[in-house]
Amino acid sequence: MAHTRGAFRQTWTAVRAVLVFTIALGVLYPALITLAAQAMPAQSSGSLVRVDGEVVGSSLIGQSFTDDEGNALPEWFQSRPSAAGAGYDGAASSGSNYGPTSADLLAAIADHTAAVAALEGVSEDEIPADAYTASASGLDPHISEAYALLQVDRVAEARGLDATAVRELVESKVEGRDLGYLGEPRVNVLELNIALAEMDK
Amino acid sequence: MNTFASALPGAFRKLDPRLMWRNPVMFLVEIGAVLTTAIAIAEPFTGRAPSGGAELAPSFTVGIAVWLWITVLFANLAESVAEGRGKAQAASLRQTRTSTAAHLVDGRELSSADLTLGDEVVVVAGEVIPGDGDIIEGIASVDESAITGESAPVVREFGGDRSAVTGGTRVLSDRIVVRITSKPGETFVDRMIALVEGASRQKTPNEIALNILLASLSIVFVIVVLALNPLSSYAGQPASVPVLVALLVCLIPTTIGALLSAIGIAGMDRLVQHNVLAMSGRAVEAAGDVTTLLLDKTGTITYGNRRAVEFVPVGGASETELVDAARLSSLGDPTPEGSSIVELAGGSAAMTANSTVIPFTAQTRMSGLDLADGSQVRKGASSMVIAWAGSAPDDLEPVITRISESGGTPLVVARDKQILGVVHLKDIVKEGLKERFADLRAMGIRTVMITGDNPLTAKAIAAEAGVDDFLAEATPEDKIAYIRTEQEGGNLVAMTGDGTNDAPALAQADVGVAMNTGTSAAKEAGNMVDLDSDPTKLIDIVRIGKQLLITRGSLTTFSIANDVAKYFAIIPAMFAGVFPGLAVLNIMGLHSSASAILSAIVFNALVIVFLIPLALRGVKYRAVSASSLLGRNLLIYGLGGIIAPFIGIKLIDLVVSIIPGF
Amino acid sequence: MTVLFFVLQLVTIAVVIGLLYRPLGDYLAYAFTTSKNLRVERGFYRLIGVTPESEQNWSAYLRGVLAFSAVGILLLYALQRLQQLLPFALGFPAASEHLSFNTAISFVTNTNWQSYSPDLTFGYGVQLVGLTVQNFVSAAVGLAVAVALIRGFSYRRSGTIGNFWVDLTRGVTRVLLPLSVLTALVLVATGVIQNFAGFTDVTTITGGTATIPGGPVASQEAIKLLGTNGGGFFNVNSAHPFENPNPVSSMLEIILMLAIPFALPRTFGRMVGDHRQGYAIAAVMGVLYIASASLMTWAELSSGTMEGKEQRFGIIGSTLFGTTSTITSTGAVNSMHDSFSPLAGGMAMVNMMLGEVAPGGVGSGLYGMLVVAIIAVFIAGLMVGRTPEYLGKKIGAREIKLASLYILTTPTLVLLGTALSFAIPAVRADVEGTSIWNPGLHGFGEVLYAFTSAANNNGSAFAGLTANTPWFNTALGVAMMLGRFLPIVFVLALAGSLAAQDRVPVTTGTLPTHRPQFVGLLLGVVVIVSALTYFPVLALGPLAEGLQ
Repeated sequence: MAHTRGAFRQTWTAVRAVLVFTIALGVLYPALITLAAQAMPAQSSGSLVRVDGEVVGSSLIGQSFTDDEGNALPEWFQSRPSAAGAGYDGAASSGSNYGPTSADLLAAIADHTAAVAALEGVSEDEIPADAYTASASGLDPHISEAYALLQVDRVAEARGLDATAVRELVESKVEGRDLGYLGEPRVNVLELNIALAEMDK
Repeated sequence: MNTFASALPGAFRKLDPRLMWRNPVMFLVEIGAVLTTAIAIAEPFTGRAPSGGAELAPSFTVGIAVWLWITVLFANLAESVAEGRGKAQAASLRQTRTSTAAHLVDGRELSSADLTLGDEVVVVAGEVIPGDGDIIEGIASVDESAITGESAPVVREFGGDRSAVTGGTRVLSDRIVVRITSKPGETFVDRMIALVEGASRQKTPNEIALNILLASLSIVFVIVVLALNPLSSYAGQPASVPVLVALLVCLIPTTIGALLSAIGIAGMDRLVQHNVLAMSGRAVEAAGDVTTLLLDKTGTITYGNRRAVEFVPVGGASETELVDAARLSSLGDPTPEGSSIVELAGGSAAMTANSTVIPFTAQTRMSGLDLADGSQVRKGASSMVIAWAGSAPDDLEPVITRISESGGTPLVVARDKQILGVVHLKDIVKEGLKERFADLRAMGIRTVMITGDNPLTAKAIAAEAGVDDFLAEATPEDKIAYIRTEQEGGNLVAMTGDGTNDAPALAQADVGVAMNTGTSAAKEAGNMVDLDSDPTKLIDIVRIGKQLLITRGSLTTFSIANDVAKYFAIIPAMFAGVFPGLAVLNIMGLHSSASAILSAIVFNALVIVFLIPLALRGVKYRAVSASSLLGRNLLIYGLGGIIAPFIGIKLIDLVVSIIPGF
Repeated sequence: MTVLFFVLQLVTIAVVIGLLYRPLGDYLAYAFTTSKNLRVERGFYRLIGVTPESEQNWSAYLRGVLAFSAVGILLLYALQRLQQLLPFALGFPAASEHLSFNTAISFVTNTNWQSYSPDLTFGYGVQLVGLTVQNFVSAAVGLAVAVALIRGFSYRRSGTIGNFWVDLTRGVTRVLLPLSVLTALVLVATGVIQNFAGFTDVTTITGGTATIPGGPVASQEAIKLLGTNGGGFFNVNSAHPFENPNPVSSMLEIILMLAIPFALPRTFGRMVGDHRQGYAIAAVMGVLYIASASLMTWAELSSGTMEGKEQRFGIIGSTLFGTTSTITSTGAVNSMHDSFSPLAGGMAMVNMMLGEVAPGGVGSGLYGMLVVAIIAVFIAGLMVGRTPEYLGKKIGAREIKLASLYILTTPTLVLLGTALSFAIPAVRADVEGTSIWNPGLHGFGEVLYAFTSAANNNGSAFAGLTANTPWFNTALGVAMMLGRFLPIVFVLALAGSLAAQDRVPVTTGTLPTHRPQFVGLLLGVVVIVSALTYFPVLALGPLAEGLQ
């Protein structure tokens, strides 16, 4: 009897506790954080990037610089291969999830390598790893410095710009390791392309 | 070798599944043996199933089946050998139990088997005492060699602490009346037989805990093995049943599973060898846990008697005068104290004729001699001698105080009403005890001395003996109170006792060792009986208790550590057919899949036999701190347990690989 | 150079966790032992009808845990099934029955396995009112159970082990909520978003369209890591730039995952009155963590690629995060473990197979480690000739039975779950045809990983596996539920049994449990027990794949 009554009482306590927690932690807590985050509007709204006042993307979310069929536009620096939706789909983040010994992975890498080699006119063994591998999120906003430099000649040629100037632009956009030792050096593709367009104006 | 051979029939009898069931680990092995045997018989007709995508040697299944049976037999053998050691002793005890006639006080005649609680029987010289009981009338010398193995007869008498007699022992002289205190079939001898045969052996709490752990490990491995084929049917090739059984048997802790009950029986047996009977295995284990040891001063810590160690002259008397008087006063004193004075005084001069011995009485508390020449010599308690002499020298008092404070007893000696000096009588602490107590301290055990002495004396002796604490002017109630306080603090207490007034304390203590010479009440109350009635044996009992646990723990560690090597033998052998890459795990370089698996099984069986002597003897116990003990045992049984099978399996594989087909 | 950066990052983690150890551990001990109640807590107790002063025996405490979790599961199930009625649903429909079942259990059990892609499944309503709430309270339940077990050691001859409702409340009000508020704002500063903007389409500089997601991410991200939950706001979890924008935020997230689990040994030491006991437990956890991180990083540097990794994190940033997440039962990822080299992916499984004890989840890591310690003490105690005792409590048949059952639970769930996936023909057809993404050995690894993750309440995945099927949703749901609550039953029973005992005084014959010797022994037992259990399946999966 005591057990049953105890169990019933505890269940009733549990129901009330879940409801109170739901209001406190599911409504009040996020509301508080959202309000406080207003103090940092740039970050909390998604590090949006504007050109001429219009939002053209987020510096944190990678984009593809391709035509509707997915072919690389030669006048833009290209991002890494993406497995998010049809590529850089901000509503469907995803990696390829190919296993390390997967035949599909080898095929995909072969495809990407061949495409990059063809686009940049270099031999396949000059291509850095990030150029032929899909990122974890499918929304990786960065490429390696090596991959950015690899694209300089092609971009300069497509735009009729001086390759040295473009290379200098790339080098100015290289972000080093955070605090000198965290993460990897990288280039933000969207920011680089905006700067490129600016230079090309 | 002989003991092994005689234990073999027993080992076969124990294959009965109804008996095997009690040991879940070995029961699993037996099931595996049955299964493999069935497959081995069927194989010539059904053909051999490949395992892991590879063909195994034709005699593989037969080999596995045979060695699984051998594994089970070895385990049974271990138990049989352990039991065999008690068998001989039981047989001789049985003889004492043969039915004898009992003459009841009321004139009836009964068979000893029909005696019940409270019957009073008369036993005269030459007769066998028909049952356990207390003497309620008379005194007799009794031959107890049937139980204790000691041939010298002992005196048993009404009243006091030597009133208990044991059924099956023989009265050599005189006549006694005994009140029976045991029910038929539950006599001391009956219990003893059951104990040494291991028949009444019940699993001890700690053994149960270990069994649970071993069973859980076995369950895990059963699941591991059961899961293997569904998995390898997708990623690889399924293994054959004999291979899976072999893997399972290698993984479950067979070594400790096989030896666990032998270890327990051998532990009890070791106690029996020390002439101690434990009424339960639980008590033996508790002995290993004891943290407080209560020891009676007299007889345990000190020799029963005080000895003279020093003569201190006072009042201007010369040492020679004192020594001479002291010797004279003790010539007629038959007590050990008296003879020790004569001994210290040098030589046993014959008593001069016509002298009169004045014996010690409780009233005078003096003894001495009235010589033929009329001079009187006295020694005794200071107050009485001073009263006798009428006056005391000024320097007497400091001497008496000094001796008392050092734990000694001052005996004042006077001649012709003139006090000559003091004899220093001292409790002599048994040799080697201080070291043993230091050992106990290192083991984490506190020793407490119980004495009727005053606190001053007790303190001095305690310091000399090196005990950690003492209980002075102790009454039986004090003892119980002390034990209770210790237990409240979480301590486990062991004590010895013999008298009826010890019984409550013996019952209260976690380990109560009753002296065989003691009363039935004491023997009932305690959970062990020491047949030699040697109180210092408590220390050995603690040691045996610890050794029992250490042996279990060490062999468990060894058994589990063995699994590492077995994995390296079997896993590559199981899957190398499908995944040649896994061959890098074959670090022992075993010859073939079949030889690797068979070698692991053979090793698994042989290691049981190799360890039987250790299980019976027990792992060596040293009185050192817990961490150095653990370090040592981890090194030997943990690290050794990892390395040994690598070597063993490799050697066996070298032999197996000679067999054609492997 | 790479090795240097790895060492520097490991040192950073060690220093920060080391600095947090004492203050955070002591604060936790204070929070759970003080007799003073905050005003907000008193109000809460009145609302739910609890007398904070009255302690419960272990079975009442357990009934509290189970009742609270059951109600939590029911509510979360209902919220998913009625999603379309909630505000901020973003147009998503109700989740399927089996998915809702799986997800409800997943978040209440602190596993946060996600069979679904959050980007495509849940609006902000379910994420906040359902998932975020459970992120808090499931972690608080873990803390409560751990504290109850510690009381088992520190109480003497007590019939009670504390009050579940008080422990639960304090875990939220004094520990998780304040820390989450703080860290959520720091995360926003690093670039984690916090808005209700939904998906925004923008025209890019090439004239194309890009979608920028929104959401109250930071508020959930903080508790996701602090509470070792791991359920991502987005499909790719902490690989998503809005959950983890840069290497600094990634390091911060690693530290958040480790902070409470590594501080709890201090709490343990403080509550049992011997800090050395805490250091010993923390040392075992620390050695395992460092060894595991080094092994996984070595494996990935030797043969890993950038497939499934973010450029900003690189290989080291990915393996450090992956180790931390799998060894703390968090299950968040900042790279795709499915694409790790076989041995590195195997290490992720090994981390979980250790039983999530190094340092494990919030609360669950400590109680798991203490249960293993009981086994270690039992064997070692025998070897010194005493009935084994831990902190003065005798380890007898009942304690060993409960500890053994605890140890048995997860391997059984992992092995049987994986085996059944291949043994039942209909299931196998579905698993092979629908769920497995990478066929062959790696596909076997995906299934093994899934059950390992579920039964150990980790929640990470070889994410190629399509787990949103009736079989996986149901089987993994059951594995998560049993993998969480059976051990809790055993731990609380253990706590009750220990609390009822007196404390045996320490003598030189007592096995010391604070010395390097014991640290080594406990380390050995943790490794050997799991190695023996999982070696065959690991050989069939990652080992066979890696040694091809």
